[in-house]
Amino acid sequence: MNAKKLALEIVTPLLVIALIWWWTSGAESYYYPPLGDIFRAFADTWVFERFSADVLPSLGRLAAGYVIAAVLGIALGVVLGRQPTLRRMATPIVEFLRAIPAPALIPFAILVLGVENDAKIFLIAVVCVFPILLNTIDGVAGVEPTLLDTTRVYRIGRLDRLRYVVLPAAAPQIFAGLRTSLSLSLILMVISEMVASSNGIGYFILQSQRSFAITEMWSGILLLGLLGYLFNAVFTLVERRVLAWHIGARAGAQ
Amino acid sequence: MLRVDHLSKTYGSGATATQAIKDLSFEIQAGEFVCIVGPSGCGKTTLLKTMSGLLEPTSGTVELGGKRVTGPPEQMALVFQDYSRSLYPWMTVAANVEFPLRKRGSKTERRGAVAQALESVGLDGFGDKYPWQLSGGMQQRVAIARGLAYRPEILLMDEPFASVDAQTRADLEDLVLKIRHDYGVTILFVTHDIDESVYLADRVVILSQRPTVVQETLDVPLPRPRDQVATKELPEFAHLRAHVYRAIKRPDSVAAPAGVA
Repeated sequence: MNAKKLALEIVTPLLVIALIWWWTSGAESYYYPPLGDIFRAFADTWVFERFSADVLPSLGRLAAGYVIAAVLGIALGVVLGRQPTLRRMATPIVEFLRAIPAPALIPFAILVLGVENDAKIFLIAVVCVFPILLNTIDGVAGVEPTLLDTTRVYRIGRLDRLRYVVLPAAAPQIFAGLRTSLSLSLILMVISEMVASSNGIGYFILQSQRSFAITEMWSGILLLGLLGYLFNAVFTLVERRVLAWHIGARAGAQ
Repeated sequence: MLRVDHLSKTYGSGATATQAIKDLSFEIQAGEFVCIVGPSGCGKTTLLKTMSGLLEPTSGTVELGGKRVTGPPEQMALVFQDYSRSLYPWMTVAANVEFPLRKRGSKTERRGAVAQALESVGLDGFGDKYPWQLSGGMQQRVAIARGLAYRPEILLMDEPFASVDAQTRADLEDLVLKIRHDYGVTILFVTHDIDESVYLADRVVILSQRPTVVQETLDVPLPRPRDQVATKELPEFAHLRAHVYRAIKRPDSVAAPAGVA
């Protein structure tokens, strides 16, 4: 059963690739080059010619922005989740800030933080922080009261309570936020690199289009898809490890 | 040892205020096994939470060993009714039992205490499992082991067997009696089950309907060790349970228990 499922999940994408390959192989279209050409451009460009020039800076910004968002979102989320009064005060502000479309901040970020990494990291962090923050608040505020009573009865100190009770109890929701932000981080990385940038995958795609290197442009898009897929796979692996108890407990409850 | 003095607890204020407990006073001596029994909704859980320092009383006091209870005291452990919400699902059974001991003794000592507690509740060999891998009855045993390992002078239990099946319940009742015998711990056991209260206790404190007061305190002079079959066959058991039953269900018709001095 499992082998069958796996086979389906591998065979179907391969078939789709083969189909596109065949469909585009004789293509004369300038905008839709043959898949084989895109693969060749991919190999020429990314393995590993432009890897350090564009991919590494991109990944560095993404990682920095994402980590800042995670740390800020979880820390602030724990505080607001534990303090109903603060939460009520902060909710309208958070909702307002969240409502601002992030690309609108690009001019401001460039003005204040310049055209180097800082503005891009800022943009990624600003967008990624909200799903993590809101999910952490929900998770922390929703910790089962009996668990907290138990923690009080056994006189567990504040730090131990936070580390061993509140955070694990909220972890399923925190991870949901981290997952949403992961895909956002990739989107924001590309957007930020398309404005006032001198390197990065987003810059490369835009630059290729402007210099009519359409095959190269497609190879960049392909790379982004692969990166997103890879991030998600790694994330799922980590999540399954960290939340093994949650998955097991839920399966047991059914 | 534990003294509850004119305790009252009101939730909310003004027109929407609910008086959960009106005026409760009773005492528990060291080593005693006291059951608190009362009709459903009579504020048993509120009482327990107030006694354990989780809730602040509206008026009156709780004293443990002569000291007023203002927060959960170190000499006290509490076993909740809902084991599935009181055990930490991300910790193994052993880690759950060990968690309250974090600040005590060396690692080896803690491991020893955990192993001993798990053995006393019949769960040796289950330390590496997670709570959700165990049956309800076994999970409640883990919660009891956690209470025991904490080495309390008094163990409070809040309807601990209300959500397990009858057979498991009988086993767990006997387990509590055995633990009481082995550890010499004082036990305050809250239940709505009349048979259970008479079977377990040295003394039964019967609560009234809301607003709650102590309706009666009843000594249970049944011989120990008790046995699920032999004890419940005794005429005294029947008399006592009938008396408690009447006190709860028909509070106006209670005379002194017949056949028991």
